[in-house]
Amino acid sequence: MSDAIKTLSDASFDEHVKASEVPVLVDFWAEWCGPCKMIAPILEEIASEHAGTLEVAKLNIDDNLDITRRFDVMSIPTLILFKDGEPAVRIVGAKGKGQLIQELSAHLTPPA
Amino acid sequence: MTEVRDVVIIGSGPAGLTAAIYTSRALLAPLVIEGEPSSTSDQPGGQLMLTTEVENFPGFVNGIMGPELMSTFREQASRFGTEYVTAKVSGVDLSSRPFSLWVGDPDTPEPTYHARSLIIATGARSLMLNLPDEERLLGYGVSTCATCDGFFFRDRDVAVIGGGDSALEEALFLTRFARSVTIVHRRDTLRASKVMQHRAHNHPAITFRWNSVVEEVLGDNTVSGVTLRDTITDARSVLDISGLFVAIGHEPNTALFKGQIELEENGYIRTFDGSRTSVDGVFACGDVQDHEYRQAITAAGSGCMAAIDAERWLEEQADD
Repeated sequence: MSDAIKTLSDASFDEHVKASEVPVLVDFWAEWCGPCKMIAPILEEIASEHAGTLEVAKLNIDDNLDITRRFDVMSIPTLILFKDGEPAVRIVGAKGKGQLIQELSAHLTPPA
Repeated sequence: MTEVRDVVIIGSGPAGLTAAIYTSRALLAPLVIEGEPSSTSDQPGGQLMLTTEVENFPGFVNGIMGPELMSTFREQASRFGTEYVTAKVSGVDLSSRPFSLWVGDPDTPEPTYHARSLIIATGARSLMLNLPDEERLLGYGVSTCATCDGFFFRDRDVAVIGGGDSALEEALFLTRFARSVTIVHRRDTLRASKVMQHRAHNHPAITFRWNSVVEEVLGDNTVSGVTLRDTITDARSVLDISGLFVAIGHEPNTALFKGQIELEENGYIRTFDGSRTSVDGVFACGDVQDHEYRQAITAAGSGCMAAIDAERWLEEQADD
């Protein structure tokens, strides 16, 4: 995995997402989820293309049930974009890059 | 100028990737347009990406996980020079040769790819109930992927709709997590294979609701139940569940080809003389042309047929 994607946990989530100056896109995933694996490389691309204006992070739902439950995640992959610490966009299910970017576009700064 | 490929394969399930293995070994440098990530069966690798253990694919004595099987198919085709594009085909023009294919905006004048021969292996996708609240609650208790979402229903009650092998497979998988699994079926007999029926009937956590159809999905923010109608008495009842899994059958992914190629009445592509279609130079394999067998191994077999048919057809064209 590239350094572009941060790994979050129940313990680090609040501190990290609340303190972030840029929107944080959190990928709720698990090892046993096929569609999660398929979108992982797309998220890496998005992370590096929007470096500095968007942070991409992942949270393993098996190990971090508190945060998973707090946001009522019932299907993975679920992507939640947090702006100023609050959920702004929620995307359920794997999607292609074009569609992901489109759904996030209102909150993204276009790459320079 | 758009490059002209000898063979373009649309779809990357067992049929498309077997066609890729054969055409790449025939040095035809196939291009596979494999689809885009999704949580439905409409994704690279196809329907097997949403299954767990595959026990009936010959050669795997102890079974193999569906996604793993598909990644080995893909690697094997790569080994002989298959190229992949991770995208969905948005348009085709089969009226003149070489055939034209578009990825992205289908209104662009210049096609993305030209193909001397085309192998269609777009497969079939799961049908949904098409009820008003089903889509609203997708991801909030309504699931298209039991293997992705079963985990969230630990100690909950769930229902699986359908009576075929995929319904029973999902039901049995869900018993790992759920407290109870109710299989709702519109008839009083199952069309699933005997071995799956035996397992489901003997599982203590599985019960059946026969002659029943779902009329309504209930729940404000997450699924709380479904309204069932008894098809014989018309009596309505509510089944309290937190998870709803739909496995009521499939429809072929043929929307792209409508009006350009002959389809059967049920929407599947008509094939004859092996994998030939009504358009000379276009071949079809796998579930997009098979509503009868629909197995990984039959799809793979028909992918091999399409590859050999395409290879011979290309040779004939060169001779002319």
